[in-house]
Amino acid sequence: MLKSKTFVKKTRSGGVVKIVREHYLRDDIWCGSEICSECKPETTALQRDARIESSLCTYPHYLIPDTNVVLHQQIDVLEDPIIRNVIILQTVLQEVRHRSAPIYKRVKDMLHEKDKHFYTFTNEHHETFIEREPGESANDRNDRAIRVAAKWYSEHLKTFKSISDGLEVVLLTNDQGNKQKAKEIGLQVFKDEYIKSLIANPELLDRLALTNDEKNEISRKVLFPEHLPLSKIQVGIKAGTFLQGTYRASRDNYLEGTVFVHGEGEESTEVLIQGLTNLNRAVHQDVVAVQLLPQDKWVAPSSIVLQDEGTAKDDAGDEEDEDKKPTGKVVGIIKRSWRPFCGMLNVSQIKESTRHLFTPADRRIPRIRIETRQASTLAGQRIMVAIDGWPKDSRYPNGHFVRSLGGAGEKETEEEVLLLEHDVPHQAFSQSVLSFLPKMPWSITPEDVAKREDLRHLTVCSVDPPGCTDIDDALHCRELENGNLEVGVHIADVSHFIRPGNALDQEAANRGTTVYLCGKRIDMVPELLSSNLCSLRSNVELAFSCIWEMNHNAEIVKTRFTKSIINSKASLTYAEAQMRIDDTTMNDDITKSLRGLNKLAKILKRQRIENALTLSSLEVRFHIDSETHDPIDLQTKELETNSMVEEFMLLANISVAQKIYDEFPECALLRKHPAPPPSNYDILIKAARSNQNVEIHTDSAKALADSLDVARVDNFPYFNTLLRILATRCMMQAVYFCSGMDSDFHHYGLASPIYTHFTSPIRYSDIIVHRLLAVAIGADSTYSDLMDKHKQSALCNNLNYRHKMAQYAQRASVAFHTQLFFKSRGVLNEEGFVLFVRKNAIIVLIPKFGLEGTVFFENKDKTGPNLVYDEEGPTLTVLQRTFHIFDKVKVTISLDASNIQHQKIRMALLEPMIPGVSVPAEDLEPLSKKSKIDR
Amino acid sequence: MAGLELLSDQGYRLDGRKATELRKVQARMGVFAQADGSAYIEQGNTKALAVVYGPHEMRGSRSRTLHDRAVINCQYSMATFSTAERKRRPHGDKKSTEMSLHLKQTFEAAILTQLYPRSQIDIFVKILQADGGNYSVCVNAATLAVIDAGIPMRDYVCACTVGFVDETPLADLCYTEENGGVSSLALALLPRGGQIALLQMDARLHQDHLETMMEAAMIACKGVSKVLDEVVRQHLQEASALSRD
Ligand SMILES: [Zn+2]
Repeated sequence: MLKSKTFVKKTRSGGVVKIVREHYLRDDIWCGSEICSECKPETTALQRDARIESSLCTYPHYLIPDTNVVLHQQIDVLEDPIIRNVIILQTVLQEVRHRSAPIYKRVKDMLHEKDKHFYTFTNEHHETFIEREPGESANDRNDRAIRVAAKWYSEHLKTFKSISDGLEVVLLTNDQGNKQKAKEIGLQVFKDEYIKSLIANPELLDRLALTNDEKNEISRKVLFPEHLPLSKIQVGIKAGTFLQGTYRASRDNYLEGTVFVHGEGEESTEVLIQGLTNLNRAVHQDVVAVQLLPQDKWVAPSSIVLQDEGTAKDDAGDEEDEDKKPTGKVVGIIKRSWRPFCGMLNVSQIKESTRHLFTPADRRIPRIRIETRQASTLAGQRIMVAIDGWPKDSRYPNGHFVRSLGGAGEKETEEEVLLLEHDVPHQAFSQSVLSFLPKMPWSITPEDVAKREDLRHLTVCSVDPPGCTDIDDALHCRELENGNLEVGVHIADVSHFIRPGNALDQEAANRGTTVYLCGKRIDMVPELLSSNLCSLRSNVELAFSCIWEMNHNAEIVKTRFTKSIINSKASLTYAEAQMRIDDTTMNDDITKSLRGLNKLAKILKRQRIENALTLSSLEVRFHIDSETHDPIDLQTKELETNSMVEEFMLLANISVAQKIYDEFPECALLRKHPAPPPSNYDILIKAARSNQNVEIHTDSAKALADSLDVARVDNFPYFNTLLRILATRCMMQAVYFCSGMDSDFHHYGLASPIYTHFTSPIRYSDIIVHRLLAVAIGADSTYSDLMDKHKQSALCNNLNYRHKMAQYAQRASVAFHTQLFFKSRGVLNEEGFVLFVRKNAIIVLIPKFGLEGTVFFENKDKTGPNLVYDEEGPTLTVLQRTFHIFDKVKVTISLDASNIQHQKIRMALLEPMIPGVSVPAEDLEPLSKKSKIDR
Repeated sequence: MAGLELLSDQGYRLDGRKATELRKVQARMGVFAQADGSAYIEQGNTKALAVVYGPHEMRGSRSRTLHDRAVINCQYSMATFSTAERKRRPHGDKKSTEMSLHLKQTFEAAILTQLYPRSQIDIFVKILQADGGNYSVCVNAATLAVIDAGIPMRDYVCACTVGFVDETPLADLCYTEENGGVSSLALALLPRGGQIALLQMDARLHQDHLETMMEAAMIACKGVSKVLDEVVRQHLQEASALSRD
């Protein structure tokens, strides 16, 4: 049992309190090696034949990396499959955990991966534990602890010399001092040269972080002011001389950015930063400390909308205020938020050079200098690069090559890029995550049956769009003896399989949602769960049911929730369901059930529509070639909703929201949709008025819905749809929130006082809601994080972020597929409508493709035709021709591939014909002439 | 960052123990000659002193006298120097009153009070150094002191705290663990019969987990009882050796 020596560790926090902790040393901590006959481990991670082919270490060896190797530099190398048999000391693991949560997670994933043969040695509780000596810094102590442990391993393995075939341990460090001390006690120790010596994979070398300790550039000119140390920054922030905020680089101007200072409550301010020296090496999203410049040095943000940007979003709006803004300079970095960036290599002009500049896809990230010997291979590929540091004498940050994503423009590569750039976690699930999946073949156990309500006798069926593989929900309806109807919504019981706190749960919580791209799905949970166990196909499955008793006017008499076992009798498509309902000759149970549901759904819908909004958005569907996976055709359809299923899902969500809020007023996870501020509707009101002289009332959702309903123009049938599309753009984002942290629960779009998500187990929000509901009905246990409103609020923030990014990724994916489509189509002429008017451009919607594009009337140097922008309309007059919102235009559409990293759809005006502005209809083909066309 | 990892993937706790392992227990009996019984115990870094007087005649107000059994009077206190921050602790603050009451209840269940009607037994316990599990350590100290005083009990009363982390019960929490956001319970057990003398839990815990926690707590208490038993036997041997001389 215990080797009960009591060690006492003294640490001082705040210099006042002495904390005395017990520290037990054990004699049952094993080395984890296969060759050892002395230890008695249950499992051995480290192999007998531990060979990594290296020209430096020709003998078999185990690697022991020190903290900095794991933390700063070589994590990308360690993750390579050829690196195996690595001992991670507890000292290292603890330090990594303390310093970087993402890297800690990566290390833990490696430790779980059986093939990597990584082993955690709990050296802090082993006889190799050492105490910090007087005058020794914590870092030095840890370095020493690592050396002592390495030494122990080295001696320990020597005991088995006869069978070990010269097995050694090799310490990896990148600190010269540490290396020296390790050498002195007779250890095998290497720095970067070890990676360089790896025979199997010379490419690994590029993944080494660039270090500054090569002193070959000693006397270079200092370009940037020194960053202040954290202690000084903290003093400055307290005194109010510095402000802390998040730096956001400008998309349009690399010499400009703003720092968002989060004030108390609503008082957030923006500080403008201009110029390389003032930016002082801040990178987009870093948390920085800024100092305001004296007021006479304040400037106005530069207001050039570069044509290059193509999006011309709302940037034009900023141009109005010529007023000067608070301007400042960055004095220090509080937290870097560097991640690996996607981009492409600009191969150096000098042929032999190994130093090259890398241009990230995200324009807000500066170019990065990297060292690589494979520049010629990497040219034309999308690659990932991580920043290692930004010395003050360097114009660009230094970084290292992480991996190649593939050829630019290729479908797989571009998909990968857009996932990475939108921060969508999409790696294969790690071993530790998979280990929490139910063991197959899985079946319902007698315990499940005992705990759950058996609803297998009910005529449950599912109705989904054609081709749907994961069926989350099923329905039933039957008449009760008292004449009322019983309606049930049955959702796959995902919280049965995903238990709180385990690796699977954590991964799902981090991913937040399943992301759908064109022709691809990024799962939130492994497929076994999402498409198999949590799919209610026509067989027996576990479900979470919401069951109402309703009268024939669809008024709810009683609501109850239960964990259940169901047996789906049919999975139908929308069309099949409709056919059964209409076919008077069919009178089986399924059809009767469907008819009942349909009848109630109609009543529910009528009641709901009286208050709620129906908006419109175009969804683009690509027909994808089954062989090449290229889009061969594209069609748009107005978002199809099968209102029967939809109505009951809404009802279930509302019923569940009410139940969990009643039960847990402080920690229910709900979803709200705030009413937009009235000013959001200005554009809609103006557009309707100026175009067709139609009045839109926006006092309430109901008024808006009513005026949209009557806003029809005889010779312009598409007008109503355009209005609804525009109205959608005026809306706020719906968000998840924790009921204990907010007081406004209203869902504007659905006109419901309370709402949540319960019906889709492939969203994490629904998993939490399932758990809350299960606790509320006594079907499952609670855990502390579920009842902690702060933790839950933090979770909501992540879910909202992931949903937003998923949406952006989806749009980007549609945009990319549209490009692929137009690539094969050449130039097309299409009709469209003006959706927005900007100062120098109009944004045109092509209903046929659901495609939006910008027609610019001005190029980079602001030369172009005479433009008059009238904010009131809003209208834009180009050489006496005035454009209103919703005007019909004709444009040419083509793909502009001049910048391989940022391909885009280019639109140019065909009709109305404006001499010198529009393109003559016959002059279509040559892309090279496009620049002329755009004038 | 990230708080403390109370239980590592390798199954070790902050101080190197495994989930079910107790802290090192060291104890001595008969540390004060003046008292009828006394004991000093160290359970890890939590150190407590217990002193027992009695059974003796009722002191103070006679109205509390019970005609069929002895009255047990418990007093719990903490030394000013017992925690990291030096704090004056007035007698009779809410926490010590509550603790005194719990101790009283515990020992009323364990001592054969009916053997001493109309009399009183005083138990004083002082925490000299606090590092988690104060109540449990006090119970264990008091048990030894009561035995030292020669007062018959149904069984040793052994107490232990148990916490719940990552679906795993942790036995005998230290201070850092108690403050690490763990739901914990304290159990005082008469190990031989398995009767519960006192069960205390302030935290929130789902009832499904209660059974595992209770099981772990019972095992831990039995572990404590083994150690206490050894201490008592050792003490007896020493005492008999002395008296033989
Ligand atoms: Zn060994």
